Amino acid sequence: MSFQVSKSGDVSLVEVEGQLIVGNRQELKQQVLEQLEGGDRKFVIDFANTGYIDSSGLGVLVSLSKKIREQGGELRLSSLNEDLRTLFELTKLDTLFRITDNKAQALEGF
Amino acid sequence: MKLPRGVTEGVARDLVLELPTDIQSIDRAVDFVMSRCTSCEVQARRLNLNFRVGLTEALSNAMLYGNAHDPSKNVVVEISMNDGHLKATVKDQGSGFDPGSVPDPTRPENLMRPCGRGLFLMRQLLDEVWYNDRGNEVTLVLRLDSGGAFEGGAEA
Repeated sequence: MSFQVSKSGDVSLVEVEGQLIVGNRQELKQQVLEQLEGGDRKFVIDFANTGYIDSSGLGVLVSLSKKIREQGGELRLSSLNEDLRTLFELTKLDTLFRITDNKAQALEGF
Repeated sequence: MKLPRGVTEGVARDLVLELPTDIQSIDRAVDFVMSRCTSCEVQARRLNLNFRVGLTEALSNAMLYGNAHDPSKNVVVEISMNDGHLKATVKDQGSGFDPGSVPDPTRPENLMRPCGRGLFLMRQLLDEVWYNDRGNEVTLVLRLDSGGAFEGGAEA
């Protein structure tokens, strides 16, 4: 997995490439936490190029969402494929995040 | 010799892997198993989502909780296809655990917890999930003749 970080206004966009799984989840967590500590409060993580997220990856997203909310911010997710949406629905995490079809929608009105 | 249903000649019917306790090895091991299962009759999505997720979670649990990250301990994976089933057995060298003690991660009070979803996903996506008495070996079964991609739902 790798990821690209960019800014759109005051929103931090993190585009994940590859699978977010137990072996690499800490890299993403560290990246977002560093930005949170640096003052960023609005985050979009885009999964257009992600095939699979395991339960550890889901756990990291939950943990990040909690920390961002505690700082008065928000984490949105975008571009989940059908399999990923199914995992979020099964675990009911779709109720925890604002999930949009693409990154443009996530950035809209953020 | 007649090959089991869903298995083509030249494809291994039984596969045994011994992995070190190293979470970096999980993805590669699962990819390898999946590459050996492509000729079975399970619909591609049930194989690539249900079975892949189930096996990944079983390996994660074995390494993170069973073997408690101990690099001197191994995890043994056995894959077999027979009697219309694709079966994976994952065994760690830990002292075992009680699968009944894992709370439902979809309950509102557990939704914000960062862990506890692996066993839930296995049970949701596979047709059968059971542990040995000690609790250090899990068996996952995906029926080759099952229907849609998410018609798993093993008994809790």
